[in-house]
Amino acid sequence: MLKIENLHVRVDGKAILKGINLHVRAGEVHAIMGPNGSGKSTLSNVIAGRDGYEVSEGSIRFKGKDLLGMAPEERAWEGVFLAFQYPVEIPGVNNTYLLKAGVNARRRHLGLPELDAMDFMQRVKEKAKLVELDPSFLSRGVNEGFSGGEKKRNEIFQMAVLEPELALLDETDSGLDIDALRVVAGGVNRLRSPERAIVMVTHYQRLLDYIQPDIVHVLVDGRILKSGDKALALELEARGYDWVREEAGA
Amino acid sequence: MTVLKPEQAASREYQAGFVTDIESDTLPPGLNEDVIRHISAKKDEPEWLLEWRLEAFRHWQTMSEPRWAAVDYPPIDYQAISYYSAPKSKEDGPKSLDEVDPKLLETYEKLGIPLREQEMLAGVAVDAVFDSVSVATTFREKLAEAGVIFCPISEAVREYPELVRQYLGSVVPTGDNFFAALNSAVFTDGSFVYIPKGVRCPMELSTYFRINASNTGQFERTLIIADEGAYVSYLEGCTAPQRDENQLHAAVVELVALDDAQIKYSTVQNWYPGDENGVGGIYNFVTKRADCRGKRSKVSWTQVETGSAITWKYPSCILRGDDSVGEFYSVALTKMHQQADTGTKMIHLGRNTRSTIVSKGIAAGYGQQSYRGLVRIGKDAHGARNYTQCDSLLIGDRCGAHTFPYVEVKNPSAVVEHEATTSKIGEDQLFYCRARGVPEEDAVNLIVNGFCKDVFNELPMEFAVEANRLMEVSLEGAVG
Ligand SMILES: Nc1ncnc2c1ncn2[C@@H]1O[C@H](COP(=O)(O)OP(=O)(O)O)[C@@H](O)[C@H]1O
Ligand SMILES: [Mg+2]
Repeated sequence: MLKIENLHVRVDGKAILKGINLHVRAGEVHAIMGPNGSGKSTLSNVIAGRDGYEVSEGSIRFKGKDLLGMAPEERAWEGVFLAFQYPVEIPGVNNTYLLKAGVNARRRHLGLPELDAMDFMQRVKEKAKLVELDPSFLSRGVNEGFSGGEKKRNEIFQMAVLEPELALLDETDSGLDIDALRVVAGGVNRLRSPERAIVMVTHYQRLLDYIQPDIVHVLVDGRILKSGDKALALELEARGYDWVREEAGA
Repeated sequence: MTVLKPEQAASREYQAGFVTDIESDTLPPGLNEDVIRHISAKKDEPEWLLEWRLEAFRHWQTMSEPRWAAVDYPPIDYQAISYYSAPKSKEDGPKSLDEVDPKLLETYEKLGIPLREQEMLAGVAVDAVFDSVSVATTFREKLAEAGVIFCPISEAVREYPELVRQYLGSVVPTGDNFFAALNSAVFTDGSFVYIPKGVRCPMELSTYFRINASNTGQFERTLIIADEGAYVSYLEGCTAPQRDENQLHAAVVELVALDDAQIKYSTVQNWYPGDENGVGGIYNFVTKRADCRGKRSKVSWTQVETGSAITWKYPSCILRGDDSVGEFYSVALTKMHQQADTGTKMIHLGRNTRSTIVSKGIAAGYGQQSYRGLVRIGKDAHGARNYTQCDSLLIGDRCGAHTFPYVEVKNPSAVVEHEATTSKIGEDQLFYCRARGVPEEDAVNLIVNGFCKDVFNELPMEFAVEANRLMEVSLEGAVG
């Protein structure tokens, strides 16, 4: 489903990603772990199409299509979703309205009829319940005055409404208390299906207690140095990252 | 992605840019006392009004055009303008919509304001001003039942001379400023509203102004009086056809609120802004002022300004009555080569007077935008308060936003607060919306409309929707 080959990315002339290879098949859940500054957010942002990153080499294909040639909204229409590490506030823009615009733009792209206000509200309310998001958040400005945890929960809510095929979660777990973590994990697990894939970026193996990954990757200094199963996450938790560096001779 | 190219910025086709082909009775260009006599005679005016006009004209001749605004335009040749243009119609003018030239009605329909529909939509009474003469006034009877007077000002001069004489020029004196003096000399039409004591006007009153004949300035004059305890909400919408020449629009609006009266005045201004090279467009030099004469009176100005080549406009409140309240909510958008110098004046004279100013300026393309506001607290205005919030949003990097707040406080008990922000439309916000599947242009609209929300919320419901849509079409192509 997602095929990243030899991806090199620079920011302001500085090499950040140095040859990433990552294959994610439909139905799989991948976890990417790595120390701060290793390039995890850079990778997520480049997949979602954020400006300001120079791809100097390599390719990203999604369902066989070249993602790098697409605008961010086109990627969303294809089914890519990014839960942001730092969701931005958009004052005055109604949370639900933004989602409706996104959902219907995608439906137009897919040749489906747009959802009317009633159907859409129905869907939104269901999903809000799912992630235990207080209905008052639906009509507030996007992330406007939300706490850190509320912002993260809102990201998962948006994911639930948009029903993406590939969900990238950039440190969605950080800053969450255990209850919120459980809710967020519940939202992600409900999205799991043979047609969908999930890539979680995380610092902590804690989240992986709730969402069982199929494959764990270790990203250090812009390279995936090691991949393994869930046991690798536990080992990282216990031993840190240095041994991975040494083992890889990096 | 998201490269904002000013050369492509915001030059959507102006939807109201068509000319109605009707015969009109137009004076040749030029301004002198004879022209004023002609206008006055055409309107069958009493002698006092002609004298009033002539006095204004003589005063005007001694004045010079203000040049302090941050706008730039070549000198205006006041002798090249025609000061009277009326659509030729049957002797006395129409008595009802059925008598109105169908082409005029078509014009309104093209503008999206079918009078018939508005009539049926219940609640909106329309006094449509076409060039210089009011051609259709609806709902007058229903209003008359409530004792509300809503009619063309020229008619009010004939029918209610005492009221007009008492209040005309009492808020904006004939010699107030260059453009107000010019307006006083040559004004041709506009609306007159009187809400009697204790009456809540049963519907929104609305006037659509439109400049049609080329080379005619439009000088309407609006006078609204809310007597003790009265309430009225008034909306004006403005559009003008597309032309290469610049056209002058110098209106005067006077509001008078007596004890416990409230006036809510909303404007959606969409005059032709000129083309993408800055050719043509309306010069919108307008004087709007409210006199909160009575105790506990309240006036609220809400404006959405997306049109005109140049806007020079400062709807103001004189807070004379104790405990009176003035509000100013403004959204101004300048794109292409548009220039706007707009803001408000809040003059606190009475005790415990309060004012709120919320100004949202958006500049795109080569647009230039200035907020100019004066808050003056007089020496007797004990306990006066003002809150000013002034935000600017820039789209692209060829446009500009400037803020000129003037504060004069002569009473130490006053509290004056001022907040101002200028931001570029956030790449982060745009990316966030796009990552949710919202196309870039729609994302800009969403963000801009969100930015304007505090002001749109002040508009009457149906017009808030209109304002939203207007912002959207105005912003089309603002990002490339
Ligand atoms: N916009 C940017 N400008 C400059 N440097 C950046 C930018 N974004 C990321 N970087 C740098 O790239 C590296 C990787 O950052 P990031 O992808 O955020 O790491 P992670 O998410 O793994 O903590 C860091 O050294 C960071 O400072
Ligand atoms: Mg990160």
